[in-house]
Amino acid sequence: MLKYSIKRLLYSAIILIFVMFIIYTLMYVMPGNYVQQKAMELATKPGATKSADEWLEDLNRQYGMDQGIIKGYFTWLRSAVHLDFGDSWKWNKACTQVFSERIWYSFALNVVTMFFEIIIAIPLGIHAARNQYGFSDYFATVFSMACISMPSFFLITILKLVFAVKLKWFDLTGMVDPRIHDSLSKFGQFLDIAKHYVLPVITITIISIGGLMRYTRTNMLEVLSSDYIRTARAKGVPERKVIYSHAFRNTLIPLITILGGSLVSLFSGAIITEQLFGLTGIGQASYQSMVVGDIPFTMFYLMFISILTLLGNLLADLLYAAADPRVRLA
Amino acid sequence: MSEKEELKKTSAKAASGAKEGKKKTSYISAKDSRRITKFNRKITKKLENDREEAGKDPASYTTKMRDPNNVVEFDNMCTYFFSDVGTVKAVDGISFDVPKCSTVGVVGESGCGKSVTSLSLMQLLQRPAGQTVGGEIRLNMGDGTALNIVNTPVEKMQELRGNYISMIFQEPMTALNPVFRIGRQVNEVIELHNPEMTEEEVKARTMEMLELVGIANKEGVYEMYPHELSGGMRQRICIAIALACRPGLIIADEPTTALDVTIQAQILDLLQNLKDKINSSIMLITHDLGVVAGMADYVVVMYAGRVIEKGTADDIFHHPAHPYTIGLMKSKPVVGKKVDALYNIPGSVPNPVDMPNYCYFRDRCEMHCEHCSGKYPPEIRISDTHVVSCYRFFETGEVLGYPKTVDVEGLLNG
Repeated sequence: MLKYSIKRLLYSAIILIFVMFIIYTLMYVMPGNYVQQKAMELATKPGATKSADEWLEDLNRQYGMDQGIIKGYFTWLRSAVHLDFGDSWKWNKACTQVFSERIWYSFALNVVTMFFEIIIAIPLGIHAARNQYGFSDYFATVFSMACISMPSFFLITILKLVFAVKLKWFDLTGMVDPRIHDSLSKFGQFLDIAKHYVLPVITITIISIGGLMRYTRTNMLEVLSSDYIRTARAKGVPERKVIYSHAFRNTLIPLITILGGSLVSLFSGAIITEQLFGLTGIGQASYQSMVVGDIPFTMFYLMFISILTLLGNLLADLLYAAADPRVRLA
Repeated sequence: MSEKEELKKTSAKAASGAKEGKKKTSYISAKDSRRITKFNRKITKKLENDREEAGKDPASYTTKMRDPNNVVEFDNMCTYFFSDVGTVKAVDGISFDVPKCSTVGVVGESGCGKSVTSLSLMQLLQRPAGQTVGGEIRLNMGDGTALNIVNTPVEKMQELRGNYISMIFQEPMTALNPVFRIGRQVNEVIELHNPEMTEEEVKARTMEMLELVGIANKEGVYEMYPHELSGGMRQRICIAIALACRPGLIIADEPTTALDVTIQAQILDLLQNLKDKINSSIMLITHDLGVVAGMADYVVVMYAGRVIEKGTADDIFHHPAHPYTIGLMKSKPVVGKKVDALYNIPGSVPNPVDMPNYCYFRDRCEMHCEHCSGKYPPEIRISDTHVVSCYRFFETGEVLGYPKTVDVEGLLNG
C-alpha cells in the first residue's frame, strides 16, 4: 500500500509539471493580458511620457514576460518548487497570503454543503431504489433531474428573488451585514456570517444532490438484484438488515470512491456561487484574478486545483481498496 | 359416467375453437399494453392488501397437515407473474408432497416452473409482480400445526427461512456476499435463529458446520472472503449456511449446475450424507436426470407450470407413464448403448402468457388420443405411489381431480 502510494505520488508530480505547463502557455498567449492592459492604462494617463509600446516593453521586463513561454515557465517552476509563488498582480499581496485569507470561507461552504448532500442524496437514492417505478422513485428521479439540469446562476437568481427581494429574509450579497456586524459579539458575528451562508449552501446542495442520488439509486438497484441479497433473505435476515447491512455495504463501495475523490474538492471553492453571492472565498478570488489575467495567482490557484484532483484520485483508489476486499493495490 | 360423455363433447368443441382462437401474442399494441399495465397495478395492489390483511390474523395462516408425515404439502399452488405482456402462469395448480427424511427430485426443462415453485415456498418471489395467487403450501411445524406459507406474513417468514426451510442456490460464485468474511456469513444465520447463544457458542457451531461440509482449513476459511475460495468451496459454505440451523427441509435449486463433474459428485454425496445426519428432507430441483436417479426417493416431473407425473424414483425411471416423461427418458444418454442420435421431443413449450385449454403437451405428443383435445387432463392414480396427468390412463386409473387454476380477472372483481 505504501509502495503503491509513493509510486502514484511520483507519477502525479510528473503529470502536474505538464499540466502546469499547459496552463502557463494558455495564460501567456491570452490576448489582452494583464501587462497589455496595464500598458494601455499608463499610456493614456494624463501626463504620460511614454507611448503604449514603450510601456509594454518596460512592463514586460518588470513582470518577467519577456522571456518567452519555455523560459518563463521554468522560472516560475523553479520558484514554485521553493514554495515561492510570487505576488498576485491583482491583489498586490503574496499569492499564499491571499489564499490563506480566503480558503476557510470556501472550505466552510463546501463542508456544510457536502454534509447536506450526503444526508439527503444517499437516503433518497436508497428509498427510490427500494420503491423502483413507484411514486417516490419517479418523484426522486424528476427532482434529481431538475437539480442536475438547473444552471447555478439561474437557481441563484430565483432564490435571491424569492428569499432576498420578496421575503427579505436574507441579504442579496455579502458575507456580513455591514450595518450591524461590527457591533455584534463574537457569537453574534458568527451567526451573522452563517445567515449569509444559507442561500449559497442551498444552491450548491440542490445542484449537487441529483448526481449522487441517481448514482446511489443505480448502485442500490444493481446490488438488490444480486444473488447474495437473495441468499441473505433466504437466511431469514430481516428486510431492514438486508438493505442497510448486506446491500448498503456493497453500494457503499462505488459511493466511497466518488465521495473520497470529492473530499479534496472541499478546498476548491465554488467560483460562480461565491461570485454571485459576494462571498470572499477562494473561488471568487480566482475568478476575479482570471478576469484581469493575473498570471501568478491563477497559476497558483490552478496548481492547487490540479494537486487536489490528483490527490483525490489517489485517495479514491486507496479508499476503494479499503472498502472492497476483492481489490488489492500493487 | 356423464363426466366422460361430457368430456367428449367439450373435446369436440375445443378442437374446432382452437383454430379460430389462435392469435398472435408476440406483438402488443399500445392500447393493450396500457390495459395490461393498469390491470397489473390494480391486481397486485389488491393482492398485496389481501396478504397484509391475512397476515394480521394467525388463524388465517395456521392450518393442519393432510398427512403429518409430510414436511411440506403443495396443494393446487398457483404462482403468477403480472408482466408487461400479460399474466404469466408460471406455476398453475401444482400438488405434491415432500415426506419426512426423504429426497424429492423436481425435474423438468428450463422455464417449467421448478425454481418458481421453490421460491414460492420461501416467499422469495420478486413481489409485487410475482404472486402466489391460489392454493396452499403447508409447512409442518412439527408440533401438530402447520403454516400456510401463501398467507404467512413476512415477519413470520423471516423466522422460518434458514430455520425450518433453507435453500442452496445454483450459482455459488455469486451467492455469498463479497464484502463479508465467511465466518460472519455463517454466524449470521445461527445468531438470527438462536438469539440465546453466546458469541463463542455461535463460533463453535460455525466451526462444526465448516468441518461437517468438509472444509479442511476451517480456521483459515473462517477469516477469508468469498473471492478467496473456489466454486466448490463456496458451494460447501452455502451448504453449511443452509444446514446450520438443522432445517426440516433443504431446497437445493440446481446445486451442482455451475460446478464441474467431480465436484458435483462430491457435493451431492455431501448433501445426501448430511441430510441423514440431521434428519431433514431435500427438495432437489434439477434438470439433470442422472442426479435425480442417484439421489431421489420420489420424483416430480413438471411441464409448463404443471406437475404431469409424480411417483417414486422407480416408478418414474422404470415405468414412466406420461409421454413427456417417456420422451425424457429416451433423450438421456445411456452408457454402453450405441445410438446415432439421441431422441428429442418435437416442438416446443407453449407460450406461458396464452396457454391452450387442452393438455399442454398435446401438440408435441406422439400418443395423443381423442380425449386429449378436451380440457386439461386430471391427475390419475395408476398405482399406490404413481400419479400421472394423461388421458391414456383415463379409463383404467382412478381420477383424483383437476388442477385448479385461478381466474385473475375474477379475483379482481370478487
